[in-house]
Amino acid sequence: MVSIDIEGADVDFPVFDAKTRSLKKAVLGRAGGAIGTDSKVPVIEALRDINVSLRKGERVALVGHNGAGKSTLLRLMSGIYEPIRGRARVVGKVAPVFDLAVGMDPEISGLENILIRGLFLGMTRKQMEAKVDDIAAFTELGDYLSMPLRTYSTGMRVRLALGVVTSIDPEILLLDEGIGAVDAEFLAKARNRLHELVERSGILVFASHSDEFLADLCDTAIWMDRGTIREHGPLRDVLAHYKGRDVLAEIDAR
Amino acid sequence: MTAGDDRAQDSTSERAALVDAAGPRSWRRAFNDLGQGWKQRPLWGYLGWQDIKQRYRRSVLGPLWISISMGVIATAMGILYGALFGEDITTFLPYVATGLLIWNFVSGCILEGSEVFIANEGLIRFLPAPLSLHVYRLVWRQTLFFLHNLVIWGILMIVFPQPLSWTVLLAIPAFVVLVLNGAWIAVLSGIIATRFRDIPPIIASLTQLLFFMTPIVWSYERFRSNPLATYVEINPVLHYVEIIRQPLLGLPIAWHHWYVVGAITVVGCAAALVCMRNYRSRVAYWV
Repeated sequence: MVSIDIEGADVDFPVFDAKTRSLKKAVLGRAGGAIGTDSKVPVIEALRDINVSLRKGERVALVGHNGAGKSTLLRLMSGIYEPIRGRARVVGKVAPVFDLAVGMDPEISGLENILIRGLFLGMTRKQMEAKVDDIAAFTELGDYLSMPLRTYSTGMRVRLALGVVTSIDPEILLLDEGIGAVDAEFLAKARNRLHELVERSGILVFASHSDEFLADLCDTAIWMDRGTIREHGPLRDVLAHYKGRDVLAEIDAR
Repeated sequence: MTAGDDRAQDSTSERAALVDAAGPRSWRRAFNDLGQGWKQRPLWGYLGWQDIKQRYRRSVLGPLWISISMGVIATAMGILYGALFGEDITTFLPYVATGLLIWNFVSGCILEGSEVFIANEGLIRFLPAPLSLHVYRLVWRQTLFFLHNLVIWGILMIVFPQPLSWTVLLAIPAFVVLVLNGAWIAVLSGIIATRFRDIPPIIASLTQLLFFMTPIVWSYERFRSNPLATYVEINPVLHYVEIIRQPLLGLPIAWHHWYVVGAITVVGCAAALVCMRNYRSRVAYWV
């Protein structure tokens, strides 16, 4: 059963500056007693007491200001970060789409990059080989796919990354915005494909500042504020409280 | 799109319980990480090959350069140190080459092991994958290097035949043990080095020292009469080199090296597992 259950989860980031992240400090600090105040590593409390339960079929928008903890929450859900306190239980094949550039090797061809990215997303080699033609058609890169990735423009790279990501069959899809330099025509196409992908996936969590995109893909929302969940409910209500006006009505009116 | 028909969800959905109910510090999760990483053999197998091909991309001879450079270094060092110590070149050259072959694997695992998570920072922070994946990739890459270098040993055995016997087969289990040790040292030093960034330079200088302390370009046999010779046995790398070098050169097998290696392997694996259990979940925060 595809599900995400997070109970009372906290995430703290230790901030090691060049000095505290050294053995010298740890050894000398212990031997010499409390000399400096820097014996304790400062932490950033990124998430505080997060309680979320998501079930199959949920389409959740993640809204909030920069630094509110949206990306950290997504990474908690993906299993990259495990909570310091509390529990996080995620059942299902997770496909995180955070940074499209990570895991892409500029020296190898587009085709090889497609394969590697697919394997990282939990596909098998056979499954990826079956999808290559589809990805090639979608990205419109043609013969370029056999060229090394470093010869690609930024937009072409985004196409490739999107092509791979939208071709997989995730049970839990975690999208962080950052789908940047793509031309408009392609974006419209990506949107259709994103729609299909969302329909295929069991749970969607989508962090974005684009109300239109959110209205398009999601039906509920979580409002993150300073590392806590401020509100979790229907998209219309949460967006209205977050923005202070009925955003969905404006979009509908257009 | 016609993804409907090939919507395969078979084996891969076992990756499911990436994050489960047990606390982050549990043996089950540590072993789960190792198991899940192992299951992703196609991925790290591919990446390991890529790493090697990468290094020699656009060169005409490609990975053959690994063998060539190894051959050149081994020959030069064999001749130089053979002359310095007055050794017979027909036995000393294979001795140096075989020692270097093993040393390259050992030092590769130690040096790259301490950087294994730091170097993969981007992947660790953006793509959920078992930590052990990076370790498997590293050890696999070093194994491929080893196999390339083994060609030089093969050539030397033809040029300077050694009294090889059935014991040459012992090199296979010995190498398996070596690989296992490469893995634990990468896990252990990798996790510690991610937290304390002084560790990689310390390890780098120690490794350099170890090279000279290990009988690779000098003969342990010749040194044995010296009362200081017992101290050489303190160097753990000596034992790893010997368990592979003796069978590969047809030398008599000294079994005590196997006992020492066995003991270190057990202790090392245990230490790596404890480290994996307690700090595995912290690595993503530390990188």
